[in-house]
Amino acid sequence: MNARLAEPRGRMLFTSFLALILSVLPLPGWLEIARPAFLVLTVLYWSIAAPRAGGIALGFAAGLALDVFQGAVLGQHALALTVITYIAVREHQKIRSKPAFQQALIVFGALVVYEFIVFAIDGWSGHPVTNPVRWVHTISGAVLWPLATAVLERSHTPR
Amino acid sequence: VAAFGGGAKRSLPGRGIAPGFRFTLYAALSIVLMFLDQRRGWLEQARYVLSGAAYPLQLAVSSPTAAWHWMQESYVTRAELQAQNVQLRERERALELKTLRFEALARENGELRGLKDALPPVAGRWLVAEVVNVELSILRQRLLINRGSRNGVFKAQAVMDARGLLGQTTHVGPWSAEIILVTDPQHAVPVQIERTGLRTIAVGAGDAESLALPYLPANADVKPGDLLVTSGLGGVFPQGYPVARIAEVRRDAVQPLAQIRATPLAQLDQLHEVMLVWFEPDHPAAPADLAGGEAKTGNARLQPQTAPPKAPAVHPDASAPATTPAAPAKAPATPAATPATVPPAAPAAVTGPAQASTASPQP
Repeated sequence: MNARLAEPRGRMLFTSFLALILSVLPLPGWLEIARPAFLVLTVLYWSIAAPRAGGIALGFAAGLALDVFQGAVLGQHALALTVITYIAVREHQKIRSKPAFQQALIVFGALVVYEFIVFAIDGWSGHPVTNPVRWVHTISGAVLWPLATAVLERSHTPR
Repeated sequence: VAAFGGGAKRSLPGRGIAPGFRFTLYAALSIVLMFLDQRRGWLEQARYVLSGAAYPLQLAVSSPTAAWHWMQESYVTRAELQAQNVQLRERERALELKTLRFEALARENGELRGLKDALPPVAGRWLVAEVVNVELSILRQRLLINRGSRNGVFKAQAVMDARGLLGQTTHVGPWSAEIILVTDPQHAVPVQIERTGLRTIAVGAGDAESLALPYLPANADVKPGDLLVTSGLGGVFPQGYPVARIAEVRRDAVQPLAQIRATPLAQLDQLHEVMLVWFEPDHPAAPADLAGGEAKTGNARLQPQTAPPKAPAVHPDASAPATTPAAPAKAPATPAATPATVPPAAPAAVTGPAQASTASPQP
């Protein structure tokens, strides 16, 4: 059991790192707008699939990394990710048992919560960005979710 | 779904107490972080370390595009190079012609100001930096450049390109710095309309290619085509550098304020290189100091507009800075910079290369 526990932790960090790269990679115009929040999706996946391996600590760390990379207020994305990983960890068993479509809907809700927190903190720290473009990634993220779970599942299920 | 089921067993034991407690812990931690970070300077050290740690990854991510550019550049044909060469020579000639009268004008200006000699240019020193091709955020107009405090870059330093003002540095790491562009909704530049001298503030409109002038009354004397230059207030940018050109003025009968859009002169969309500029703090056109050095990038409404520019008469006594290091003099111009990040070359730049010996202190 220990071996199985230790295994996803390495995979988890590795996939999160890849997701971080994907979310700072320069992309052309429209792709950039529709770019899903890869790191958020990955963190969500791990907190549902292996809540003990990473859980809220992973969410916090990933959020802090996003803060550093995006030059945001330190703690902004960290708080948003902490909140949604908490929800995901708490409800992981319920979410797991849902079919893919419903999971995508739940993920959509989580992404909206995430973006709303980021948005609220933007406003609080004195520079509201009311551009509707900021909400696009919640939809593309939900659409990508089934694919993302399929890819991430492969990364850690014993073959 | 099968994999999810497999994980269910092992997550059971630790599930009960941990999540709620951890959630409170991390949420509180992030809130504390945000408070500390908003109060400027409290987390600068942490940010400095973190951006140093992030830089290798950012470089790695941008390397494919960098390699592509390099490939493109190294396989330019001879004909293209020659054409470019001809173009550059023409441009150089045009620039030389433009600057022919510059020295005479500078001297004349100095005489009009009651000085015996021409003022040295306000830009003491500059440094070319390359843009690291990383997506910082789609909602904010930010750039990452490959120069940091190791190169003397400090926080709230003016950044330009050959055509006009580009923005300023917000976070400075050891080898990299983040630039906030003038078009960022979070950025405000105190400007002046060159034709009339009317002062106002230009705020980034947030759509990457325009600035808004939200504080001008509907009857203000503004026309499309007017040039906006920096007014020297606000403590970051010196006076008289071109920023943008008015593109559109809309006057609505019901609105007390005019709706004005301006397009920045700097080419924000095709940036490869930018220039970091150090200004001479004693110069009359140098950025006017603010009381606390606060609110550089923040809310435009918080920036006092009434700070008077420095009187020309106090200028250079060029012999004094030559003997005493300019430490007290440069302090007001770079309020946000910690002593460690003040460029070491600044004292040398203040004295100026040629004028030091001839200028007399008294007008």
